[in-house]
Amino acid sequence: MAYPYADPRETRLLSKHFGEKDAIGIDGWIERGGYRALKKALGSMSPDEVTGVVKESGLRGRGGAGFPAGLKWSFMPKDDRPRYLVCNADESEPGTFKDREIMRWTPHQLLEGCIIAGYAIQAEHCYVYIRGEFVDIVRILNGAVGEAYERGYLGRDILGSGFDLELTVHLGAGAYIAGEETGLLNSLEGRRAEPRIKPPFPAQRGAFNMPTTVNNVETLASVAHIVMNGADWYRQWGTEKSPGTKLFSCCGHLQRPGNYEVSLDFNLRDLVYELCGGPPEGRALLAVIPGGSSVPIMKADEIDCDVSYEGIEAAGSMLGSGGLIAMDESTCMVRAVRKMVEFYAHESCGQCTNCREGTAWLAKILQRIERGAGREEDIPLLLDISANMAGRTICPLSDSAAVPVVSSIQKFEHEYLAHIRDGTCTAVR
Amino acid sequence: MSDALHPAVAGAQPSQRAEKNPEAPLFEGDYRDRFERVLSRYPNKQAALLPVLNMAQEIRGWLSPQTIARVAELLELTPAYVRSVASFYTMFSTRPVGKHVIQVCTGIGCDLCGAQAVVDKLLEATGTRIGEVSKDGKYTVVEVECLGACGFPTVVQVNDRVFENVKAEDVEGLLAELD
Ligand SMILES: Cc1cc2nc3c(=O)[nH]c(=O)nc-3n(C[C@H](O)[C@H](O)[C@H](O)COP(=O)(O)O)c2cc1C
Ligand code: SF4
Ligand code: FES
Repeated sequence: MAYPYADPRETRLLSKHFGEKDAIGIDGWIERGGYRALKKALGSMSPDEVTGVVKESGLRGRGGAGFPAGLKWSFMPKDDRPRYLVCNADESEPGTFKDREIMRWTPHQLLEGCIIAGYAIQAEHCYVYIRGEFVDIVRILNGAVGEAYERGYLGRDILGSGFDLELTVHLGAGAYIAGEETGLLNSLEGRRAEPRIKPPFPAQRGAFNMPTTVNNVETLASVAHIVMNGADWYRQWGTEKSPGTKLFSCCGHLQRPGNYEVSLDFNLRDLVYELCGGPPEGRALLAVIPGGSSVPIMKADEIDCDVSYEGIEAAGSMLGSGGLIAMDESTCMVRAVRKMVEFYAHESCGQCTNCREGTAWLAKILQRIERGAGREEDIPLLLDISANMAGRTICPLSDSAAVPVVSSIQKFEHEYLAHIRDGTCTAVR
Repeated sequence: MSDALHPAVAGAQPSQRAEKNPEAPLFEGDYRDRFERVLSRYPNKQAALLPVLNMAQEIRGWLSPQTIARVAELLELTPAYVRSVASFYTMFSTRPVGKHVIQVCTGIGCDLCGAQAVVDKLLEATGTRIGEVSKDGKYTVVEVECLGACGFPTVVQVNDRVFENVKAEDVEGLLAELD
């Protein structure tokens, strides 16, 4: 079966073998060039050389924050404490479904990246923390891990190099906040997934109090390609500040939703209209959220920018996790924002008052505006609550919850006012 | 079964099966073996808590106070601690659930594409309200946040099966497929 969304304008590096059933098993993967990068790294490169090439490639973390991966690895202290690598496969940012696809079609691509990254930071154990809801994906990943052990790519003395690495798949149990790296570490230790105050950063004190690197699935899946082909090769795509390719999970009101991998200098408008086919026939696009529900909403006429970290930022939003949500004119913006805010209210871990109370109040006020029972003062009130939620909490979930509220009021205040003043909704049905 | 199960993945088995037995013994036979394999993957016992709760729920269907107490004992934790952790995570049930737990995604991606109609239809067809066990014990319908498959709305997960692109008119067929 061909992958349903393949398009010639994509740059399919990570997604090249999506849709090929034969690529899932280890033999099929090896036939497609799999595990050659691992042989190269363990056979001819020192751990620092591996970190070096990843640093030069400019690969930035794909989990949302965009922190340079090689630089993060270089923060790992070189003492004789045990070190851990944690792969963040918790993927729960609304609108994001790319890591699932990487693991579903190319589990060995991820494992090879984990083993190489583990070697670079000299980890003794890699934990892949995967969200518990991914039942079908977990089965595939489990199968791949068994195969990698059988072939000697995991375990003791990998490929005769003297490097040992254990890898364990660890199932989450339903908590968005377990995706935040320190919440994840607490969850891995058998605690509530409550984020920790930073510093100390995971590189100093992470899993089980030991030096730990946390990386996203897509970040780690990119590693083998970079090690195999070099930093310059990787930099042929994207921009100076955002090298490489990135998967965009596209959902909402689109003719062809799905995952698309593009060079990071691809045009956002083309992604929406060309690759995804734009909104359904006869409907006009209203807004786009380019990077998961935690980034500012863009109006339909603001998306003529490239999809690099800096390109989207200059256009007023953020690349985030690459979860693109398209909304056409049939969308009630107040409802859409209410749904996003309710998500954060539900997922707030409750440690910080501003987040716990703020998300609950935002949800309550949005509910009443949507019902037609809002007051004009509710708009400044929403902004005031949002201002109190940003930059004052242990983790950025609180900031994230305020983002759709503030950006929708900036750009779609008339939709709020229609509900408040006239008890009507501007959505085109 | 357990021989084939590599210790690296012993704790990560999708657990929500339809066949559950609230009276089943915990961690005996094959499960004892799996329990030991799980423990071997972590530097301390507490870290095995999520996988072990997951296994307990797989065996018994939900986490009763007795189940929690037993898990606590095995991992040298207090029952209050185990309860506080279990209650943090939405996938752990501290109340009995129907044979088929039907989770409907009502996240933003699915909501834009008509998830509400799917929820309404499921509640009507099962004769339940959100979170209730149906009279015949077969169904519990719950709304969940984004299931990470937003391009294929509406996403519905029943126990350990995922259904994509579910429309309201597919609901009857989906329920029929479960039996
Ligand atoms: C509330 C919240 C949720 C997050 N969820 C995820 C997630 O599901 N997956 C992920 O990879 N990163 C997530 N992150 C980002 C992680 O904290 C972390 O930055 C990332 O895993 C680091 O990997 P990277 O550098 O490779 O991107 C989340 C962050 C926050 C604040
Ligand atoms: S900001 Fe919210 S989610 Fe983050 S630690 Fe504070 S209460 Fe928890
Ligand atoms: S919003 Fe339904 S799966 Fe993401």
